[in-house]
Amino acid sequence: MATPALKMKHPGCAQSIVCDGNEAAAWAVALARPDLVAVYPITPQSSLVEYVSQFIADGKIQAELMNVEGEHSVLSALHGAALAGGRTYTATCGPGLAFMFEPYWRTPGMRLPIVASLVTRDGITPQCVWGGQQDAMTMKETGWIQIYCETVQEVLDTTIMAYRIAEHHDVMLPVNICHDGNYLSYGVTQVDVPEQSAVDDYLGEKDVNWHVALDPMRPMAVDPLTGGAGGPGPSKFVAYRKGLCEGMQNALGVIEQAHTDWADIFGRDYAPLVEEYRLDDADYALVTIGSMTGAAKDAIDSARLRGERVGLIKIKTFRPFPVEAMTRALKKVEAVGVVDRSVHYGWDCGPLYQEVLSCLYRAGKPVAAGPFIGGLAGADLTEGHFARAIERTAQLLAGTEFDGPVWLNEND
Amino acid sequence: MSNDPDYKMKAHPRPDMSQVPDNLCPVAIIENGMLPGDWRAERPVVDRAKCVKCAICWIFCPVQCIVEKPAWFDVNYDTCKGCGICAVECPHNAIKMIEEIK
Repeated sequence: MATPALKMKHPGCAQSIVCDGNEAAAWAVALARPDLVAVYPITPQSSLVEYVSQFIADGKIQAELMNVEGEHSVLSALHGAALAGGRTYTATCGPGLAFMFEPYWRTPGMRLPIVASLVTRDGITPQCVWGGQQDAMTMKETGWIQIYCETVQEVLDTTIMAYRIAEHHDVMLPVNICHDGNYLSYGVTQVDVPEQSAVDDYLGEKDVNWHVALDPMRPMAVDPLTGGAGGPGPSKFVAYRKGLCEGMQNALGVIEQAHTDWADIFGRDYAPLVEEYRLDDADYALVTIGSMTGAAKDAIDSARLRGERVGLIKIKTFRPFPVEAMTRALKKVEAVGVVDRSVHYGWDCGPLYQEVLSCLYRAGKPVAAGPFIGGLAGADLTEGHFARAIERTAQLLAGTEFDGPVWLNEND
Repeated sequence: MSNDPDYKMKAHPRPDMSQVPDNLCPVAIIENGMLPGDWRAERPVVDRAKCVKCAICWIFCPVQCIVEKPAWFDVNYDTCKGCGICAVECPHNAIKMIEEIK
């Protein structure tokens, strides 16, 4: 007797595999056909670049692999490759990202559409090799686009989308696809791997250096000294800086379109900027980011069964910040509890909470808000933690203000 | 996957730079005529009587501005940046650094 198929394959799906998020990212890199991959291993990213290296060794990716002496050289090599017309990829996190900083914050200014995975890791010190988003959040003001994933499948899909976003002529900015160290890097699940031909159609023609090029037939000095306090005045500098800010704002629409087109071809529909979960009839909500959202949604479902009118707002695109989409979501409720996986040292809260406050200023109505910090050092954020967060936010709705942030894993 | 023989990177026509926004990557496309000699603070001067043409200066010069003459080595003052390495290295003290005064 014939066994019925367990699951219909999505359109555009070549095969279903079981893998972790680091391998899923490597499959995405293979499908995006980069020309140069430069890497230096660092926990919890290491297995990702090992998968990519294996794919290159196997001929699955026809790219140059550069094993260089450190992350500063990694990104510098990608600069050269992007200027020469190549599609490029790397991955890093934590201290590796810190060592990459000098070329890292020059990349957006040179408008190079480089894609880099950040397998997010908490900031040292105290010494820690585990997950957390302190590394990515530290980099939020450098001009890179930052997109945070919730699931392993979303890591694969979004990493391919990242090339479409980065290389769009109205954007031309580097993209960080952030996936949580431990939970997405090593979490294993079934993943649909798209068809190569469908990805080729989706990404279109490779054209990364139409605006600037290392080309002997078209000599130009890249990134020369621009006027400011000295020289011909700051007008050129201001024009470039303003152009970068415009590119960031253009990215919001491009990210939405990239997700819409992805859903059309591959049948998987993600909220590109801000996801609203059971929000329309909610009185209050949690705001989440990254892989914690799965457990949070379960907690919302349980609370709903008890009759709580609670919903959830998940942010996917953190840079550029989707001010309109977030404000629209926040206006639907009377109170929010914002759960961060990193800290904002300056404001005694998390960075996402701080950004939510800025949106509330524009909401035109008072919405009570309180900060939660959890999942530091790779600690698990369970349904129980979110049940506590929901309970505390319900108290906030009833008028009990927060006295500083609630540290969810403080006694774990 | 990417070893598909039918897959080729498409060649792109050279972009029309007049159509590229000038607020993307900062670039300079006009050549600047200045040479290192235009901002040198000191110049090396060779004493032909002391020079034995050993070529130490020629070897050490970081910008290859030492030029060979029939019986001595001299300096191309267009490209010499005045670093003074030749004067330090010369075993016969045949090179002195002289301040550039206009």
